[in-house]
Amino acid sequence: MAQPRADASSKIILSASDLHRVVDRIAHQILEKTSGATGTVLLGIPTRGVPLAERLAARIHAFEGIDIPVGSLDITLYRDDLRLHATRALGKTELPGGGIDGRRVVLVDDVLYSGRTVRAALDALNDEGRPSSVQLAVLVDRGHRQLPIRADYVGKNIPTSLAESVRVSLTEIDGLDEVKLTGGEDQ
Amino acid sequence: MIKHLRSAADLDAPTATLILDTAGEMAALAGREVKKLPTLRGRTVVNLFYEDSTRTRISFEAAAKRLSADVINFSAKGSSVSKGESLKDTALTLQAMGADAVVIRHPASGAPHRLAAWVDGSVVNAGDGTHEHPTQALLDAYTMRSRLGRLDGLRVAIVGDVLHSRVARSNVLLLTTLGAQVTLVGPPTLIPVDIAAALSPATKVSYDLDSVLPDMDVVMMLRVQTERMQDSYFPSAREYSRRYGLDLARMRKMPEHAIVMHPGPMNRGMEITPEVADSSRSTIVEQVANGVSARMAVLYLLLGGKA
Repeated sequence: MAQPRADASSKIILSASDLHRVVDRIAHQILEKTSGATGTVLLGIPTRGVPLAERLAARIHAFEGIDIPVGSLDITLYRDDLRLHATRALGKTELPGGGIDGRRVVLVDDVLYSGRTVRAALDALNDEGRPSSVQLAVLVDRGHRQLPIRADYVGKNIPTSLAESVRVSLTEIDGLDEVKLTGGEDQ
Repeated sequence: MIKHLRSAADLDAPTATLILDTAGEMAALAGREVKKLPTLRGRTVVNLFYEDSTRTRISFEAAAKRLSADVINFSAKGSSVSKGESLKDTALTLQAMGADAVVIRHPASGAPHRLAAWVDGSVVNAGDGTHEHPTQALLDAYTMRSRLGRLDGLRVAIVGDVLHSRVARSNVLLLTTLGAQVTLVGPPTLIPVDIAAALSPATKVSYDLDSVLPDMDVVMMLRVQTERMQDSYFPSAREYSRRYGLDLARMRKMPEHAIVMHPGPMNRGMEITPEVADSSRSTIVEQVANGVSARMAVLYLLLGGKA
């Protein structure tokens, strides 16, 4: 198989400042749609959903002075494609104190694609407790859903071809903030 | 990831650390209301036990069930083994039934190695003769790490019947891989002459428990395995427990933070007194709980991915 040339066709979709504005906007939307984020918990899906959830909480604190509980929800053990790949290491699951029972949970992830990660997250959530409702916030929606799932908060819709891949980088993990679209030429 | 867990020597430091980290996540899940995970749905785990065991078999069974695997328990008693069926024929039967993993306990050292050649699935050694018991070493290492925060540089004494102890062998191998310093302590008759060098050159040997205790972070007492002893290795049980048993007076010689471990089952009054076994520094009950998490981690990492 032909190796794609390094950075042959990569395009920056969101720069650092775009990304910050998008996070700010989602934070505002969450405040608006949850009437001031009362009884709301943010759960990031590892890896990159976790720092995103923390950023959203920090922005919400900056805008309204509210401390919104943040946690992480690892979905590895609930994936439906475990047998298709080598064994995956587990991420951290840390629910905020007080749990999720009766609260509004906002799941946070970086990219929404097939919807299978969200399906696994809903299953995992079901075993952790009974939230009053569940919403989904994603930085990028790239389409190609394989399940009937949609996001409540979308940072940016990016129409993609199946051959392309969306690469989200966050300072906390990758040392810089940016969203890139790569590949897609020679498939 | 490795395919079988036959020996603690199968594990290099990154793999062992991955298992311990995974066990930590599994332990966190044990606290929630629904303990079951769908991860190994449709996979079959066979517990093949040729020796009596309570905690190990139940622990493996609980671990496999929490991951939603189907569990088949096979004990030599009441099976065709009592009619004379060989390990190989039993293995081929399991193979034909489509076992994804076989957890084996066997009185013969090396039985899991032979079994691995006969079945397609993963083989997990749950104790073979006087050879190894790697999942016990993993749960011990996990217990030490969660109590003391680290393994690197930890000073661990393994005390007692080293000669017959598969727990001791697996622990020396694993703990050394993870950077701990192990000292084997016991009467000369129960410590094979070249065992330290054979397992890892960094291992020390001492015949005097009292002189070792003040320098230890962990003191692991081994069960005196009278069922495996054909000869007399020490003059009397009383003399053994006077020289190598852990009582309150000896426990006070250990540093404040040091913990007492025992793989169970205990001979209370022989290698450990009830006061020590039930003290807050003893991790014996914790070790059992951690056993389920450690075995869940092993089963997940062996079976969770592409076969």
